[in-house]
Amino acid sequence: MSTGIYLDNNATTMVAPEVVEEMLPYFSEQFGNPSSLHQFGDKVGRALKKARKQVQALLGAEHDSEIIFTSCGTESDSTAILSALKAQPERKEIITTKVEHPAILSLCEYLEKEGYTVHYLKVDKKGRLDIKEYACLLTDKVAIVSIMWANNESGTLFPVEEMADMARSAGVMFHTDAVQAVGKIPMKLKETCIDMLSLSGHKLHAPKGIGVLYLRRGVRFRPLLRGGHQERGRRAGTENSASIVALGKACEMAQQALDIEKTQVRAMRDKLEQGILSQVSHCFVTGDPNNRLPNTCNIAFEYIEGEAILLLLNKLGIAASSGSACTSGSLEPSHVMRAMDIPFTAAHGSIRFSFSRYNSMEEVDRVIEAVPSIVEQLRNLSPYWNKDGPVEDPEQAFAPAYA
Amino acid sequence: MWDYSEKVQEHFFNPRNAGAVENANGVGDVGSLSCGDALRLTLDVEPDTEIILDAGFQTFGCGSAIASSSALTEIIKGMTIDEALKVSNQDIADYLDGLPPEKMHCSVMGREALQAAVANYKGEEWKDDHQEGALVCKCFAIDEILIEDTIRANNLSTVEEVSNYTKAGGGCSSCHEGIEEVLARVMQERGETFDPNAVAGEIKKPVSKLTNIQRIKRIEELLEEIRPNLQRDHGDVELVEVDGRNIYVKMIGACSGCQMAATTLGGIQQHLAEGLSEFIQVLPAEQLSLREAIEA
Repeated sequence: MSTGIYLDNNATTMVAPEVVEEMLPYFSEQFGNPSSLHQFGDKVGRALKKARKQVQALLGAEHDSEIIFTSCGTESDSTAILSALKAQPERKEIITTKVEHPAILSLCEYLEKEGYTVHYLKVDKKGRLDIKEYACLLTDKVAIVSIMWANNESGTLFPVEEMADMARSAGVMFHTDAVQAVGKIPMKLKETCIDMLSLSGHKLHAPKGIGVLYLRRGVRFRPLLRGGHQERGRRAGTENSASIVALGKACEMAQQALDIEKTQVRAMRDKLEQGILSQVSHCFVTGDPNNRLPNTCNIAFEYIEGEAILLLLNKLGIAASSGSACTSGSLEPSHVMRAMDIPFTAAHGSIRFSFSRYNSMEEVDRVIEAVPSIVEQLRNLSPYWNKDGPVEDPEQAFAPAYA
Repeated sequence: MWDYSEKVQEHFFNPRNAGAVENANGVGDVGSLSCGDALRLTLDVEPDTEIILDAGFQTFGCGSAIASSSALTEIIKGMTIDEALKVSNQDIADYLDGLPPEKMHCSVMGREALQAAVANYKGEEWKDDHQEGALVCKCFAIDEILIEDTIRANNLSTVEEVSNYTKAGGGCSSCHEGIEEVLARVMQERGETFDPNAVAGEIKKPVSKLTNIQRIKRIEELLEEIRPNLQRDHGDVELVEVDGRNIYVKMIGACSGCQMAATTLGGIQQHLAEGLSEFIQVLPAEQLSLREAIEA
């Protein structure tokens, strides 16, 4: 849909045209295996070296050898956590949060079945962690702490640098899933105590199928994939050279655009948010509005359901996403909304708009124009709604027999 | 995104009978807590004939919940309440040209709202006995509670048995890990441990050695079992010769010269092999004359 308005950049992003251009030769003339000694391989090897530097620069890592290319954010997450467990077999506990991405949560749930103890930090109504709760759990039984840098649904930022300091003092490894944060906020890993960090290419205008695990020099490590000597033996398998080159370029561009994120992108997001909140009653921003990614806004529309909103938005060419149960393929409502104790009638109507630097103010105006009538249309169908407002005492007036 | 039929989309974008019916004399409120959908159905029933004159819905829910509600009201208008009660959730789904498996519960909710509204009209109290768990098998839309109940009721202990009783896991098989977990949990309740290597049901006893006559009779019996399938397609099969491992058959009627003949022979071979519990080969009778020609 070329005329569509894409506000789902936390799901995935458009591959930047410059990035496509950069990677294309690595499908054709630059086909060599970077491990090969001859000229075909050598040129590709040099290109990977450059890409590694570009990623290093965006992350503010001390050494380029701290960058391990993987196939995706999920692989980076799994590698980090499983490595920590393998390297410290006497430590059987993990600390994470209730609002992590499934890449962490599903793995942790599986590890619980294997006999590990996982501590899930709770969040308050604005999605914030209780640092005291965290401090109490940091013991020498903990193999690794894994805390997301920014939440994919609400955009809420966690104080990972401070939490990494605390982990270091307690002698515990610290990993952060920074898939949503990299490229949107500046970072200088060499000045932090973060031991491992996951990023995913397709969230910052590189293609899908490429990720990175940042591994601080000296942190004990056990590979997930063993085999060839690629990535210094830390991630075997012939390199996805075209995508690595693409990710390098995307990181370089993201670094140049960091200012745009906090000015233009933020301005678009804020305008959309204010435009909707001022026109639509009974809706509110979820998460912590004062401490979140500049590109993300998550609004819960009460008494209507998210998938229905998305379908009507889609009809107008507007792409967003929802924390509603029905969009996820499971029947579970968003675990993030539930962790924040958002009432059912609002959690199911939460819509996430996520921007990139490729959006425009003109698009924002069109969305602001479209949303109120969509909400009105669905509220007119809702048993909780009566013409101009919710029915009196909605939870009482409509209390269906729940199965 | 969801693979919604055009009919679902049409009923979502242009819902029929939205809103409450005025002077309704039957109201049904139902919901599904697990997915947050909820529906109020209002009916205007003519007391003498018990014909549903008008039906309206108010739905808090996703696209298919709204479309299912709209379809339900269209289906039942003009029916008597007894006729309407016969409308199944599958009827609602069929009316919409099908729903994705994850969304079948939306049509269940519609049927329940109808039962609740009719009960309300009759002045009875409607009790919901339907429970819904997390979806395990997406191929056949089987949820966890159904699987649990079936394992308990039938003392099941293998994934294969679960598939046989519920269909769950009988398709793409990617939910087998989930089924194993349910099995392990339920078996623990009855003090057993799940064994992934257990064989389902009773082990087939090796068939005792048959005499030539018995063996040929058995082959005839087995052919008799599959004959109706062939006759349905206006074909048939005839046993011509049994020579050790080789069983020669003649394809008759539509089966003769059919492009699928090789496939049919394969099916017959499998059926005979299973029935005889030995390796055999089913060959077309033409090969018999070929062999005789060579030997002559």
